[in-house]
Amino acid sequence: MNYRFLRKIKGYIMLFLSALAAVIGVVLLFAILYKVIQTGMAGLNLALFTKDEAPAFMIGEGGMRHAFVGQIILTLVASVIGIPIGIFGGIYLSEYGSSSKLGRFISSLADVSISIPTIIIGTFIYSFLVKPLGGFNGWAGAVALAVILIPVIMRTTEESLKLIPWQLREAALALGTPYYKVIKDIILKSALTGIFTGVSLAIARVAGETAPLLFTSFNNKYLSANMSEPMPSLTVTIFQYAGSPYDNWIISAWASALVITVFILLTNIILKYIMKRRSF
Amino acid sequence: MKETSNFSFYKDKFFLAASLISALSILLIIIGIIVSLFIESFDAIKAFGFFNFIFSTSWDYNEEIFGAGRALLGSILTSFIAIIIAAPMGIGMAVFIVEMCPSFLKGFISTAIELLAAIPSIIYGMWGLFIFAPFLENTLQKWVSGALGDVPVIGSFFQINYAGGIGLLTSGIVLSIMIVPFIASIAREALSRVPRELKESGYGLGAEKWETIRDVSLPYTKTAIWGGIIIALGRALGETMAIAYIIGNMNISLTSVFDPYVTVTSVLVNEFNEASGLQMSSLFFLALLLFVLNFLTLIAAKVYISRSR
Repeated sequence: MNYRFLRKIKGYIMLFLSALAAVIGVVLLFAILYKVIQTGMAGLNLALFTKDEAPAFMIGEGGMRHAFVGQIILTLVASVIGIPIGIFGGIYLSEYGSSSKLGRFISSLADVSISIPTIIIGTFIYSFLVKPLGGFNGWAGAVALAVILIPVIMRTTEESLKLIPWQLREAALALGTPYYKVIKDIILKSALTGIFTGVSLAIARVAGETAPLLFTSFNNKYLSANMSEPMPSLTVTIFQYAGSPYDNWIISAWASALVITVFILLTNIILKYIMKRRSF
Repeated sequence: MKETSNFSFYKDKFFLAASLISALSILLIIIGIIVSLFIESFDAIKAFGFFNFIFSTSWDYNEEIFGAGRALLGSILTSFIAIIIAAPMGIGMAVFIVEMCPSFLKGFISTAIELLAAIPSIIYGMWGLFIFAPFLENTLQKWVSGALGDVPVIGSFFQINYAGGIGLLTSGIVLSIMIVPFIASIAREALSRVPRELKESGYGLGAEKWETIRDVSLPYTKTAIWGGIIIALGRALGETMAIAYIIGNMNISLTSVFDPYVTVTSVLVNEFNEASGLQMSSLFFLALLLFVLNFLTLIAAKVYISRSR
């Protein structure tokens, strides 16, 4: 047992532990996916997408159409609010403010904002859009999701724009192009893939959010497109169903969980693949 | 000709104004959060006092005396457990991917670990409640309480007082799974940027592979990895839906690591929609405290990273 041998053994043990950590990570992903797929498949049927909520004792009668539709509406409205603000903000941070103190300050503030707990955003929107308006409503839910979207989109837009070579701007400016046209027609176009993937990843992230919706759009048993009423959403409905004592509701929750997980994971895989292949 | 250039000029200004206003929205959001949470929690601050509220462990609906002590302790403890597990695991994952993994597996393993971060929080909550908590109850909890439960002095920390497997330790472990991808991806990014010459000089001095990683690569990437760990801590503090399922949400004095407990986020989820008056104000105060805690953590990470650059 010489010293050299001990060192070797110790090294192998540490490297083995590192490999083990990676294996555990992969195994956990598949363990969670397996359980979600196995349990979710049992409740996956057409009624889930075509019927609205039925009382729990009516087994097999209810579905989650209202929640799917509500989730799509909320996410769409949030995108309509959040994407332009995020992209314009990112343009400012990269094109106008990258060398100014204000620009750098807002950029780091946006970085920090990405990690604000989403439930805090829920309480904030509650005091702005729920309490003054007298009740839970869809607008509040959409705005809460938009507030989560904005800093994420802003930072990814900024990062994508900064990857565009500076010479490209100079070449266009030298031809006498006004700066807004340089940004609109050259910089944004070159960075389109990066911005597109960033925006899509951000939307996929908020599509799975529950906490900010609990205090804002809350929930609704009925199919509703009225944004000034409480709005059903998939995640909040899953939360309520999974916590309920009824077996068929719990199964429905797993089935919806399967749909949302598969959607988010597939989006992530596809977008990360696109991201890897882009030139800028 | 003159008119078009004039038009262009205004469009240019308009573009600048639109992007500046959009960028300022971040400032508006942050100020909005601070101001609205402060105004809403003003009643509670007035009634209980700032520091008194932070350290008070009372949460009594009948007497209307509220304090943040337990919720804050719960949030900090669960995050702490999560970091203790996730930090070495994340670094280990990164070391494996960068230094050991055969190249055909690299993409698969790093994507799989990244996808762990994409799974929605509520799925972790359901999985934790229905699958992982019962599993832990039958394995880890049994072993640990069997081995340590009767040891004097520390034994009571490891006793099982409640059935079901949900509680502080379970929450910490599930949280660690949720934050480990952040640490892993930051550590991987940093480790893959260590210059080859540095590593080779380590080998040249006769160091083993692990010794080179420990004494050359990890010190070189120390700042980035610590920054990543602090950011992950901030995430853990604010994690909500998963915790709401598996912390058990019981406002009791903590005696064992397996006990159900409360966190700031679990209290908010469970009570916010039915609260009114002083309780509501106290909940807003809790939210404000969590925001401040989270914000300070993240700013600390930012300052630390930028300073050591």
